[in-house]
Amino acid sequence: METVWFLFVAFMLVAYVVLDGFDLGAGIIHLFIARNNDERRLVLRAIGPVWDGNEVWLLAGGGTLFFAFPLVYASSFSGFYLPLNMVLWLLILRGIGIEFRMHLDNPVWRDFFDGLFSIGSSLLAIFFGAALGNVVRGVPLRADHYFFEPLWTNFQPGANAGVLDWYTVLTGVVALVALTIHGANYLAVKTDGDLGQRSRATARRLWPLLALLTVVSCVATLFVRPQVTKNYTEYPIGFLIPAVVAGSLILMFSANRAGNDRRAFLGSCVYLASMLGGAAYALYPTLLPSSNPGVADITIHNAAAGQYALTYGVIWWSIGMAIAIGYFVLIYRMFRGKVTLQQGEHGY
Amino acid sequence: MDTAYFIHRLHFGFLITFHYLFPQLTMGLAPLIVVLKTLALRTRDETYDNAARFWMKIFGINFVVGVVTGIPMEFQFGTNWARFSQMTGGVIGQALVMEGVFSFFLESAFLGLFLFGEKRLSRAAHWWAGFMVFVGSWLSGFFIIVTDAWMQHPVAYTRLPDGSYQVNSFSGLLLNPWALLQYAHNMSGAVITGAFVMAAVGAFYLLNQRSEEYGRIFLRVGVVAGFIFSVLQVFPTGDLHGKYLAKHQPVTTAAMEGLFHTQKGAPMAIIGQPDVERQVIDNPIVVHKVLSFLIYSTTEAEVRGLNEFPRDDWPTNIPLLYFSYHIMAGLGTIFIAVTTLSILLLWRDKLFQVRWLLWVIMLCLPFPYIANTAGWLTAEVGRQPWLVYGLMRTAVGYSSNVSAGNGLFTLLGFMGLYALLAIFFLFLVHREIEHGPGLRPNVDPQPITVAGD
Repeated sequence: METVWFLFVAFMLVAYVVLDGFDLGAGIIHLFIARNNDERRLVLRAIGPVWDGNEVWLLAGGGTLFFAFPLVYASSFSGFYLPLNMVLWLLILRGIGIEFRMHLDNPVWRDFFDGLFSIGSSLLAIFFGAALGNVVRGVPLRADHYFFEPLWTNFQPGANAGVLDWYTVLTGVVALVALTIHGANYLAVKTDGDLGQRSRATARRLWPLLALLTVVSCVATLFVRPQVTKNYTEYPIGFLIPAVVAGSLILMFSANRAGNDRRAFLGSCVYLASMLGGAAYALYPTLLPSSNPGVADITIHNAAAGQYALTYGVIWWSIGMAIAIGYFVLIYRMFRGKVTLQQGEHGY
Repeated sequence: MDTAYFIHRLHFGFLITFHYLFPQLTMGLAPLIVVLKTLALRTRDETYDNAARFWMKIFGINFVVGVVTGIPMEFQFGTNWARFSQMTGGVIGQALVMEGVFSFFLESAFLGLFLFGEKRLSRAAHWWAGFMVFVGSWLSGFFIIVTDAWMQHPVAYTRLPDGSYQVNSFSGLLLNPWALLQYAHNMSGAVITGAFVMAAVGAFYLLNQRSEEYGRIFLRVGVVAGFIFSVLQVFPTGDLHGKYLAKHQPVTTAAMEGLFHTQKGAPMAIIGQPDVERQVIDNPIVVHKVLSFLIYSTTEAEVRGLNEFPRDDWPTNIPLLYFSYHIMAGLGTIFIAVTTLSILLLWRDKLFQVRWLLWVIMLCLPFPYIANTAGWLTAEVGRQPWLVYGLMRTAVGYSSNVSAGNGLFTLLGFMGLYALLAIFFLFLVHREIEHGPGLRPNVDPQPITVAGD
């Protein structure tokens, strides 16, 4: 049962990164590729009806973690106190950046909110990447399963590491580049003309960097936490995952060259999902590794909620998620196709 | 009190108090917009469509602030109240994740359709989108109330050897009698906010002699809804909730009423300041035997005072509890008076001409917010010193691994950020009210600012 919930939580987080990832990515490049008011409105229209729903996956994923594994929720949220609160501030600023911009037809007002949206999105991408880096690297758990990480110490991933060290900064940069490409692919699908061209070009130019960072981050992970190979060597079927990562990179490259934006976007979706899936495969059954040699990891077994809750939860959670996925299909179908600035479309 | 403990309490208290200023309007306005949309559908009168569109814009601004201030709430359980989350996640985690899965997805999906999809949808389909937003926001409220109700009145749990609480009956948790009473009382309170805001804007237009056609619609809908729900707020929801509270948290009832000593035919203090040291109410104006009657439906019943309970179990801030409760109850009474008078004049077709009453309605705008906030303070301050009533003290629930300095750092950050949000919110809503509903005379050629039009 715990394994089922591990998969559910992993699924929620993958869905969050793939979905909110493209609107974060659109935010990262917003200031650079959308050069006038009309183009910026197009970017906002491309994500406008869906970004809020995408963000719900983070909330529902956090809630699912809380429900299924209360200990890891309590330990990690309080241990990552400072970065998590900063994530909240960024989510707030970015949210109003998207939603308040349209209300006033004034260039200073618009530029201010464009800036909030773009800077907020960029920092969030880095924070999320660094957060994943922290989870893979492990945290200095105390005997009572709690810890508190300062923002940084000496930038070394050792026993008294901070939230930021060279490894987690690296994973943050990987996330920034990956989500930038993901967002660019999405905008290429959703927009025409110069904006679409620039999106495509952005994805093309950043591709070599992403390929390089992918290799570097994998090697760095082996160096920082050699235990990640354990599941792979015991169950070699897991090696399919890096193969899928490589395949998705090739797909992105070829589809981008061929001008097939939808396929390139599919490529970046698969890339994000398989990178996260690979991390989850390496971690299982651990939820939060301990970098303190004397203290055991937090695993799905010592963190799980009661059996009654988990068993019944499978039923209503599955029903609820099936309905939610239904909404998403409906909304994405409603707003499919290229966005335009025609009147009476919607308000951004 | 330990500084870190104090900061974590203040952190949660500040964030939740600020946050709830917005969902109460979301939940209160949503059904009223559905009413306007229904009128539009029935009468085919464009005025009602414009009226609904006007409120959708304000709803949209309000919703954004509600969403962005709501996300920190879920995180705070883990960041600031980790021990509590670890011990009770097996119960309340259930309600919180159900909120995400069943209502946030629904709300976010249909909100996009509702605010931006009017041109793509048929009239009936757009009505449905609005209705689903209403359902989503009310479902969301339900799961939050279930969470709070479990902390007020824990049911359907077992305790494991490691000290954690685990749910053992799914329906028991969701149908907690406390939750049902509190939900009814709370949602009625939210509609009062929505109704008073709508009526106040209507009164503002009439007093200003502009958009009067809309002003009259807003007043009509606001006053009728305000009257119905002001009455429901007291009877039966407030009455039943109060009796249930007196049964299960008698010490809270005694502290709320400032009843220091057990009394037969207990009086109710209308006004007065509690002096906890001397255990008296200063400058009291009391109504005899009312408290006994309210709790036990008989004027002679004995009501237990604070003297019957160990001092350790007394709510930790009795003056705050006493005033919160009295402000809530006092304002509730005023709401009934104002809406009763208004609805009588509306029925006589005179409301729109009675300027002094329009002034009163307009100036009432902040009071439902104060009443709702005071009501929540009554519930949560009244629960102290317990975090989960009878099971877990508040002092053991906070994140002891997060220092006071770190807690204060993020609290100050939120205070600054929320001040900014409040300024933007007031500015944007003021702007919408200034523009008014319907066609705007000076719309710029590029209708960028006209959301939803």
